[in-house]
Amino acid sequence: MAGRRAFDEVWGSDNDRAGRPEFAELAQWITETPATELDRRQKAAEAAFRQLGITFAVYGEEEAAERIIPFDIVPRIFTGREWAKLSEGLVQRVEAINAFLADVYGERRILADGVLPAELILGNPQFRAMLSGTRPPHGIYAHICGIDLVRTGPDEFWVLEDNARTPSGVSYMLENREAMLRLCPELFEKFPVRPVDGYPDALHETLRSVTPRTSSDPVCVILTPGHYNSAFYEHSFLADQIGIELVEAADLEVDDDIVWMKTIDGRVRVDVIYRRIDDDYIDPLVFKPDSLLGVPGLIAAYMAGNVTLVNAPGTGIADDKAIYSYMPEIVKYYSGGEAKLPNVETYRCREPQALKYVLDNLEQLVVKLVDGSGGYGMLVGPTATKQQIEDFRAALIAEPYRYIAQPTLALSTVPTLTEAGVAPRHVDFRPFVLSGANGVTIIPGGLTRVALKEGSLVVNSSQGGGTKDSLILADGPGGGRL
Amino acid sequence: MRLYVHHLTEYRFSEPQARLVQLLRLTPESFIGQNVVDWRIDVDCNARLRSGRDGYGNETTMLYVDGPIDRISITVNGSVLTENKAGMVQGATETLPPLLYMQSTRLTTADEAIIDFARGIEAEGNDALDRMHLLMGALHERLTFDPGRRDATRTAIETFSESHGVCQDFAHVFVAAARAIGIPARYVSGHFYRDDGAALQEAAHAWAEAHIPDYGWIAFDASHDHCPDDRYIRVAIGLDYRDAAPLSGSRIGGGVEELDVGVRVGLSQSQTQG
Repeated sequence: MAGRRAFDEVWGSDNDRAGRPEFAELAQWITETPATELDRRQKAAEAAFRQLGITFAVYGEEEAAERIIPFDIVPRIFTGREWAKLSEGLVQRVEAINAFLADVYGERRILADGVLPAELILGNPQFRAMLSGTRPPHGIYAHICGIDLVRTGPDEFWVLEDNARTPSGVSYMLENREAMLRLCPELFEKFPVRPVDGYPDALHETLRSVTPRTSSDPVCVILTPGHYNSAFYEHSFLADQIGIELVEAADLEVDDDIVWMKTIDGRVRVDVIYRRIDDDYIDPLVFKPDSLLGVPGLIAAYMAGNVTLVNAPGTGIADDKAIYSYMPEIVKYYSGGEAKLPNVETYRCREPQALKYVLDNLEQLVVKLVDGSGGYGMLVGPTATKQQIEDFRAALIAEPYRYIAQPTLALSTVPTLTEAGVAPRHVDFRPFVLSGANGVTIIPGGLTRVALKEGSLVVNSSQGGGTKDSLILADGPGGGRL
Repeated sequence: MRLYVHHLTEYRFSEPQARLVQLLRLTPESFIGQNVVDWRIDVDCNARLRSGRDGYGNETTMLYVDGPIDRISITVNGSVLTENKAGMVQGATETLPPLLYMQSTRLTTADEAIIDFARGIEAEGNDALDRMHLLMGALHERLTFDPGRRDATRTAIETFSESHGVCQDFAHVFVAAARAIGIPARYVSGHFYRDDGAALQEAAHAWAEAHIPDYGWIAFDASHDHCPDDRYIRVAIGLDYRDAAPLSGSRIGGGVEELDVGVRVGLSQSQTQG
């Protein structure tokens, strides 16, 4: 672990906890609210979440237990100035991701221009060759992106991961805020917090805007793999909030390259499907043949331009970890300017020199599978056992192209309620970026994930991470409040 | 040569099916040495057909049938003028760069045994073209044609270790081995006129194409040990069988299905009639 204490977003870097002046009021709230009271409120919030059924399944455990994600009562705050800067970077990045997808499934100019190695795209299983040449309605591929950001200092934000397939977690942004408004109303009197409850409407507007048929009122649905899926709560929550149907594969059928929803009143034509099923399982005719989750003919309907899939199939090529390391070049290529949000330095183990460096420095690095997610298949060098390091060494030597490595960042901390009182814990942040026919929308908020174990840098819920509310303040660039 | 094709696919279901949705890749395109004179797909029940084109450039047909249905037959009749181009594929639709066809799939992954085998051929051959001819001959010798073992999910690794298979399996091993030594290769489905008198074939044919510097795509048929000539009709391509299969189907209903395929390729229309 880095010897120096990590930057704390409220208390600053100093050990005397003098803190950052813009957060003095929050620091004071933390100090003045007794820990027992914070604990009581936190338990009340968690009880409510359990009641609502906001649970998730942990994969890879003996019994796939349904759990709630721990909630932390101490919120995280971004100033208006910080948010404005982040938003700019996010818009630039997501616009570049969509331009990149349109290009690799279209003309492939970026390969012709030699900006990135052609085999990285063409040799990547995430590149769906059979969809090459298909342009989705309105030309948008990644309608919903969850960009994972980490922070190492007052003005130092980094993109850790681009989630351009079916990012989840937005229900926590909304439910955490509900809980905070109810349990800590005084905070919302102290701070001019921008609301997040416009997200369902913004999402609905985004879905409606990308309809393939502009002549009629678009019918949008959410397609879920079913209630065994770890994010099922979110699927049903969003359908409920937006006021659209939640459907499973058996509720849809494709006829004449058109998608229909079966209802008791007959068939209804579907225009836009917000699908929370991975590409591999979405259509057994084209992808995994034994998938029961998919809708036969869905890809044909998509290729014929008769339905919009949100996100489009094939977007996995944009958030592949092997592509990630080229994102600064990709952003520059399509936006014409330097990336406003930097990447974390990344060693591509497919390159012999990088591999040598990684093998020599495993104890200091974080090693990730290029096609892994959710904190699975990951080595955090500084906290790993000797055995784990040796296992990864063997795996890296056997299949180096499957891995990337990054330096262990001193992730920022935020005061968090622990058994020993309020103490700093490492966090990351996932804002949700919507891209529709009328441009990019970002609701001022996101999902803050917190590593509840002291010193831990792994924030994934599957690895024991929790969540916090993320308050974006309505102050202008100069710090003046609205 | 003018080839007539009659390709019949018949499904029978033990229980009536509520719906049937099929993706067909049954229609060849015209290019140098292959001129499609006429071609039609007929279905013996009330069905809706929609044509499209996939990312590989294959012409696709979606077939939608409402149930209840307990059998269906799909018939293709066509004629094609062919010329012997010694396997050279020229003027066909090319949508993707050759590099794409270095990507291995579940059906075309090479294991140590296939890699060793391919390296042996690499050492023996003078150049890519020579090596692909050697590979075709070596696979023809090593693998036994075994029509009793038709299994669409069989991988190149299984075929190579068991040393027998059908044309589709030969093609998968060829593709896996070629890619293992850095030569882009792809799967081809199509038809073959057997001049040995065997008129009725149990399935459509399959072979492979390899991308050779200075030549482009060249076809190799390891199950017959020659480069496809004017006896071949090329229908669809892809990374493996899954991408190029004549039919990918899905049905809504229980029970089991029985599949019958009959292909006749002949030199006159009368030869291809039932």
